[in-house]
Amino acid sequence: MQRYSALSVLWGGLTGQKNWRPVWGRPQPKPEYDVIIVGGGGHGLATAYYLAKVHKIRRVAVIEKGWLGGGNAGRNTTIVRSNYGIEGNTEFYEHSLKLWENLSHELNYNVMFSQRAHVNLVFSPGHRDMLARKYNIMRLNGIDGEYWDQDTLRRRIPHLDFAGRFPPLGAYVQPRAGTARHDAVNWGFARAATALGVDIIQGCEVTGFIREGGAIVGVEARQGEQEYSIRAEKVGLAVAGHTSVLAKKAGLGKLPLETHKLQAYVSEPIKPFLDCVLVYGGVGHFYISQSDKGGMVYGGHLDMYPSYAQKGNLPIYEDVAAACMAVLPALGRVKLLRQWAGVMDMSMDGSPFITKTDIPGLYLNAGWCYGGFKATPGSGYCFAHTIAQDRPHWANEKLTLTRYREGRLIDEEATGPTPKLH
Amino acid sequence: MLRIPCPFCGPRDHSEFSYEGDASVTYPPLDAPEEAWFEAVFLREDRRGPTEELWHHLYGCRAHVIVERDTLTHEITGARLANPAIRAALSEGEE
Repeated sequence: MQRYSALSVLWGGLTGQKNWRPVWGRPQPKPEYDVIIVGGGGHGLATAYYLAKVHKIRRVAVIEKGWLGGGNAGRNTTIVRSNYGIEGNTEFYEHSLKLWENLSHELNYNVMFSQRAHVNLVFSPGHRDMLARKYNIMRLNGIDGEYWDQDTLRRRIPHLDFAGRFPPLGAYVQPRAGTARHDAVNWGFARAATALGVDIIQGCEVTGFIREGGAIVGVEARQGEQEYSIRAEKVGLAVAGHTSVLAKKAGLGKLPLETHKLQAYVSEPIKPFLDCVLVYGGVGHFYISQSDKGGMVYGGHLDMYPSYAQKGNLPIYEDVAAACMAVLPALGRVKLLRQWAGVMDMSMDGSPFITKTDIPGLYLNAGWCYGGFKATPGSGYCFAHTIAQDRPHWANEKLTLTRYREGRLIDEEATGPTPKLH
Repeated sequence: MLRIPCPFCGPRDHSEFSYEGDASVTYPPLDAPEEAWFEAVFLREDRRGPTEELWHHLYGCRAHVIVERDTLTHEITGARLANPAIRAALSEGEE
């Protein structure tokens, strides 16, 4: 792998940028691998990378139907945080955040992780009590969290509206949280995995699974006109958004999932306006940050009905825009530049699963709801561990599929088995 | 905006409705084995394509409506009242 450094950038600048080489190729699928990962999004690529790096399993293929990062990895609001309050989630997301903190060095690729703080506004004493409980739980678990009173909030986010009928009273803040460049994460993992010998096969759809005596021992795939039977000792699914479709093909049957769509929006670029991730939760649902290009990146609720279409609907945009005006009215005249939607595995308790399945040889990574981006390195790390060692890593021990049957739900929002509300 | 043909109210915006879940799910008797309840509460077909869904016309006639909808194209091909007795009464009224 050609290493990147400040010097290599400078050298490239002086030599007409002729030093750049393609960092992953278009390999033909081999007839056999040790592990096949279905899904070339952030989670799948991270899994392949950690399989090769940590577990020294180098005969790995990532099979992607579309192109790298063309799914939800490229359709999110790039927020990274670990402000969770329930065991199972707390340790997993904190583990993931710690991986983020060193990711650019680990991958020798600038993922532009910016720990600019995640600011959760508080609008009533009850709201404050609820968040105080969560942020105290976080602190007891060694996760950073603090309270900003109204004066601090006025100083830190001057554009907030304090003149409204219910002004923010303060905010709970996770200073180590922030944003990252979503494409860079995919490209960084893909480049680093390729350097360790992983085959990344794009434009190749998994159409079925090879079975032997009840076990899954590979996949049937199609790339254009070409059909392949690719064998592997272990197959991992990392196809959030289409998990139910692939799970049915694999014979897993029904899962505790409903597939919904979530929209995100970006405005025209403006001058520096907001230097943190701002969240207006509880009463409304609105989150916003400013990209390095200046665009305001924001989103809100799901569209509230199941969908596999990557296209959003206008009523939710009206809600999101209204929520924006309630907290940042200065953005009222800023124009919307782009809007997109991604399809989400909404699980029955709002939390994911990274687990072995009842089918020997098949491993499942799914149920990310709309929090999958921040989980990218942690999910890959834990899924690789689960596949390689045949047992969960301590950080994903509780993210099982059997927890629903056992009544051990990890229901952060306390909204019960109603996927659209998580 | 989806337009849902409510059997009472005619075509209405989907923002008047609340999506309530997969219409093929039926709850077992209270004394049914735990497995049956586990399946009804937690497991879903989650179809990619034509499906039947339960929608509540919350900001309209408040009826529960079974809507035939495609989750890939969002095309709506039919709607009927979920309650068979009211459905029968409504069709009698039409005759």
